[in-house]
Amino acid sequence: MKMTGAEIIINTLIEQGTTDVFGYPGGQVINIYDALYKNKDRINHILTAHEQGAAHAADGYSRATGKVGVCIATSGPGATNLVTGIATAMLDSIPMVAITGNVPCSLIGKDSFQEIDITGITLPITKHNYFVNRIEDLADSIREAFQIAKSGRPGPVLVDVPKDVQVAVYDFEPQGVVEKIPLPKTDEDSIDEAVALINESKRPYIYIGGGAAGLGMGKEIIEFAKKIDACIGCTFMGLSAVPDDCDKFLGMQGMHGHYASSMAQKHADLIIGVGVRFSDRATGNTKKFAKGTKIIQLDPDFAEINKNINVDLGIVADVKDAFLRIAEKAEKSQKPEWVAQVEELKAKEEEIAKKAELLAKDRMTPKQIFDVINANKLPRTIITTDVGQHQMWAAQYSKFDTTRRFVSSGGLGTMGFGLGAAIGARIATGDPTVLITGDGSFGMNLNELATAVSYNVPLVIIIANNGVLGMVRQWQNLFFQKRFSNTILERKTDFVKLAEAFGAVGMRATNIDEFESAFKKAVTINGPVVIDTYIDKDEFVLPMLPPGGSIDDIIVKVGGEENE
Amino acid sequence: MNNKFVIAVYVDNKFGVLTRVTSMFTRRGFNIDALTVGETESPEYSRITICLSGDGYAKEQLINQLRKLINVKKVEVIDDSMSVKRELALIKVKNNSQTRADVLSAVEVYRAKVIDFTASEMCIEITGEPSKINAFIEYMKPYEIIEMCRTGIVALERGSGTLLSKNTKTGVHKSR
Repeated sequence: MKMTGAEIIINTLIEQGTTDVFGYPGGQVINIYDALYKNKDRINHILTAHEQGAAHAADGYSRATGKVGVCIATSGPGATNLVTGIATAMLDSIPMVAITGNVPCSLIGKDSFQEIDITGITLPITKHNYFVNRIEDLADSIREAFQIAKSGRPGPVLVDVPKDVQVAVYDFEPQGVVEKIPLPKTDEDSIDEAVALINESKRPYIYIGGGAAGLGMGKEIIEFAKKIDACIGCTFMGLSAVPDDCDKFLGMQGMHGHYASSMAQKHADLIIGVGVRFSDRATGNTKKFAKGTKIIQLDPDFAEINKNINVDLGIVADVKDAFLRIAEKAEKSQKPEWVAQVEELKAKEEEIAKKAELLAKDRMTPKQIFDVINANKLPRTIITTDVGQHQMWAAQYSKFDTTRRFVSSGGLGTMGFGLGAAIGARIATGDPTVLITGDGSFGMNLNELATAVSYNVPLVIIIANNGVLGMVRQWQNLFFQKRFSNTILERKTDFVKLAEAFGAVGMRATNIDEFESAFKKAVTINGPVVIDTYIDKDEFVLPMLPPGGSIDDIIVKVGGEENE
Repeated sequence: MNNKFVIAVYVDNKFGVLTRVTSMFTRRGFNIDALTVGETESPEYSRITICLSGDGYAKEQLINQLRKLINVKKVEVIDDSMSVKRELALIKVKNNSQTRADVLSAVEVYRAKVIDFTASEMCIEITGEPSKINAFIEYMKPYEIIEMCRTGIVALERGSGTLLSKNTKTGVHKSR
């Protein structure tokens, strides 16, 4: 069938299973938007307030479902506005396809109006990208983009299409959804080697990362942990891979990880890494990380093996397949000493937490806020966050009942990610979605409230408002002798009025009881709700491994001596 | 320990692929000694030859990161003892009656070639292993080198096989 390039783009997206796209029109994508208009019964377009919001929405859409998220932007500033969103997806290995328009080929290289070399700009932040200057290559480039985005270790792919290619006419025949490129099947010897290490181990620690987060292996991981009497910890990106209601699960480890989880990892004699990349936030000082501990690493990306940490056995594999085969073959065993040691660590963690709560006296603490959220959230709730202290508290305290419930920018740490991502996640799943944000992060992309209101996307947006950039302030408190350079916001913004001005519901909660009733009400409202709530500006995220430090340098409390 | 090694890379013979390779070097902080690129036996592919000094970690990382690039089809370390390496240099040196005989005899000994000759300068072409070219350049320095350029190494493994057909195993890694 003869079609224009713009129609080929939309038909290829539809052919690849895309039902929703996020974007913003502009001069060099008018034809694509015309094709969207003609196909609006087959593909849904969500108009965001800003292209960055579209990229984050496509990302959130993908994180919540595993599907490839798609965003569209025009040339020049439209394309550059996607950049932070693409980089965010890249650093967290999120499958995404970004389509950009560009000036006609005849104007390329001439600094034409709204011309930018977006393939050049996104070279280091995409898995791959395409500049399609021939209509003959258009459909296949988009198909390849989908295949690359979702195969192996996923990631974003950008396809840049000049205007004349969008206008040109060419044959199009719809094809099937492209299959993932299969990973090599792990040979039995490697499985046996892993099993031997596991059978020898007296103190195993199963370490779950982003590579396992979306695989729906929660039940199998827990079963395996019970079989070999291991404990389970996770990275930031591994959150919600394992449901929280399992006593083997110790939560996130690392810079702001749970005390018990980080300490258990230190004391383990074997770390079984499943889809982890040993990022610096997870390991601290790599020279001191897991010294004397054996490490098995299962990962789809061969370049991650021995990149940050030298491992004893690295298996490049379909993580799920390799994990299940290892779990099947490993010997069942009981390790009462290790279990007791881990229980002791858990008790110590509880003791630290109790002391901290006592110190808090009558002020509203982040933990109390999350206790209310956990107790009152609806089943299958997705927790999305922005970046900073509130994000770490969300990572520490949120409870998840199923996989793909935690949507947060881990690798890039993008402030302003949350609102767009929450819109994407909610539209993708229809599941209840809560955004935890800070007054700093929310200020970055709050324009997307307009999107949430326009499409009546039900969201509970909780602003943990402390009037400061809390995480940087925490570092200034601890390492810069309290010189609070440019981290005091104390803006006059009234977030309740702001929410109302956008057409959303605004609420204010100044203590935990008010917060509880506000939250309970918010989850019943069919539309976006902003709850402005207050925490102390000198609240700390603890524990903390100081920069460059190791688990031996863990800080579990700051100040408070006077209270003991 | 720092070693010099040579890596051969087959890439798609397409617009912009060299940029993808060199941009990755910048991003990952690899410092390259020399890089050449050119046609191969197959019109589909170009061959990039990279010289790098570094330790085993740098070598493994460079290879892994290259293999991740979509347009990279094959990456192989060129085994020093099982390969032939060549480089070409063009060197313009001063030419006067006092030094001429010396320079010409060096050209003879090194099996180089004079390819341009004027009253004040001569241009010499020399081909060989990089170490030989280094030695020749050292020898020429006192005669005042006006300008020079080197191509960087190209290398082929000995024997009848091709790099493209070579079987590379990736799957299990062990190190400590």
